[in-house]
Amino acid sequence: MAAEVIPANVRVSSRRRLPVEAIQAWLFLLPAVLILGVFQIFPAIAAFYMSLFKWDVVQGAFRGLGNYTDWLYDNSIRSPDFWRSLSTTFTYVIFTVPLEIAVALVIAYLLFQKMRGRGIYRTVYYLPYVTSFVAAAAVFFWVFHPQYGLINDLLGVVGIGPQRWLDEPDGIFELAASAFGVTVPSWLAGPSLALVVISLVTIWHYLGYQIVIFLAGLSNISQEYYEAARLDGANERQIFTRITLPLLSPTTFFVFTVASIGVLRSFDSVYVLTNGFGGPLDTTRTVTLLVFKTAFQQAQFGLGAALAFILTLIILLFTLIQFRLLGRRVNFGE
Amino acid sequence: MSERAITIPRGFPGFAARPRVGTIAKHAVLILVAGVVAYPFYFMVTSSFKDILEATRTPPTIFPTELHPENYADAWSRAPWGRYFVNTIFVSVSVTILELATACLAAYAFARMRFRGKNILFTVFLATLMIPGEATLIPRYVLMSPSRVACAGLPCLGWFDSYQVQIVPFIASAFSIFLMRQFFLSIPSELSDAARMDGAGHLRFLWSIVLPLSVPALITAGLITFLGSWNAFQWPLIVTSKPDFRPVQVGLSAFRQEAGSSYHLLMAASTFVVAPIVLLFLVAQRYLVQGIARTGIRG
Repeated sequence: MAAEVIPANVRVSSRRRLPVEAIQAWLFLLPAVLILGVFQIFPAIAAFYMSLFKWDVVQGAFRGLGNYTDWLYDNSIRSPDFWRSLSTTFTYVIFTVPLEIAVALVIAYLLFQKMRGRGIYRTVYYLPYVTSFVAAAAVFFWVFHPQYGLINDLLGVVGIGPQRWLDEPDGIFELAASAFGVTVPSWLAGPSLALVVISLVTIWHYLGYQIVIFLAGLSNISQEYYEAARLDGANERQIFTRITLPLLSPTTFFVFTVASIGVLRSFDSVYVLTNGFGGPLDTTRTVTLLVFKTAFQQAQFGLGAALAFILTLIILLFTLIQFRLLGRRVNFGE
Repeated sequence: MSERAITIPRGFPGFAARPRVGTIAKHAVLILVAGVVAYPFYFMVTSSFKDILEATRTPPTIFPTELHPENYADAWSRAPWGRYFVNTIFVSVSVTILELATACLAAYAFARMRFRGKNILFTVFLATLMIPGEATLIPRYVLMSPSRVACAGLPCLGWFDSYQVQIVPFIASAFSIFLMRQFFLSIPSELSDAARMDGAGHLRFLWSIVLPLSVPALITAGLITFLGSWNAFQWPLIVTSKPDFRPVQVGLSAFRQEAGSSYHLLMAASTFVVAPIVLLFLVAQRYLVQGIARTGIRG
């Protein structure tokens, strides 16, 4: 009897296993689907819905794209705020990302070579990444303190007068030029010294992370290239510029994208270093801080959601532009 | 630190064998940058042991002339730190465990099971990684608000000032699912065939075979989640208002205003807020570093 039943059984079960497995699979996925659906996907859709309304804590009249046009050009208070915060945000990116990448690349290149204490160096560089911006801000406030800060002491040694750092709304180029008695036009003033400090703290925080990514990228470059170059008599500098840099370009590109988007989205760094105000004189109010102010200090949810949506679009656009501009020059070959 | 901990950089063979001026110059650069990076930590810890006068002296003394460990007790007594720590530890541990659980189940389904809509769902999951937190912040806030009036048209949970508001939204992440799925895919399918022969179902196979093999990946994903949860600031800042539920980061931010010019106390508080996560990192850095090198997340 068994001999007759078994083949039939096997066929039936293999046919049936699919729906049973599918049900089981969906049960496995249910918790993640629920959580991501309720707290990620639904809010993303709801954000767009809210942005179409006047929504001052409670839902008000439908405004269509009114909140967006208010930010972009329509409202004489909102729209200067928006364009200023956008320019601050991009300045923050420009004064953070290239320097961060350059330092991380050099350090990673040095660390990649066999040397003593490599592990200790890497641990030290990495420490800031696990440290919260709140704690970092408490320390950097003091390091950059106008009266008691170490940085002013160090500058004093090389004959530069004390600066106000996080309290300084004047642009860095403006300050540098005025030291030589030169006045620069306002478009050349550069980011406020406060924003420069925030950039430096941001670089400090993410440096170790970028080093780790670059180290991973370096280890993906085949040793054969180096051996061949050395046989051809290439010196170390030639090896770095002709082999390492081109072959590392996918990693550099990746780091550039991720770091830029990270800065575009950053909130904690600016918030804690300016005590939530984006000061001095609003020179450090990034778009994320303006979203926070609009939604949670002025209770304008609709306007805040519209601004957050604009930022999201910029982030997505930024990614696309980067892919286009850099994509062609990047060596994706292995 | 053992040499085995360094798995990512392999190094150029032969470079170490020829010590020369270049090597010294390289060390000089590395030490200089390490000094700049480490100085804030050194400053924080040494200032935390100084008295108020010495802490505000310029230029700062390299080492405290007199050690004042009582600063720690003083700082601890000025804010409900015990409560803050309990809150943070409870939230971080809960988020980490629950997130790993949902990630393992989902990742297993994606890696090992056949069902309709798998690719579409996986794409949707990955797409959630591209939604910046800022985009969803306001609706998430409204979702948590207590009154029906505040969220007209949207459902609301009324979770302000609670643990669940800090835990539940974060117990699933596409990132961890992706990480675990990649790991599960690398487990040979012969194992699953053998397990099925022995009559083990999917849950059994996941629990007794896949998970024990995945401990390194679990530690990596868990550490990244734990780190994010421990350092969370913006979300708890807006959804909690009482110390009863506030985490250490928000507590430290409030303490910065409170401590005012008692700078030595602020440094002591910063030190004990940073210490646990730094110690955890020192113990487990291999896993964290591997995870980041593999996936490139940026917190």
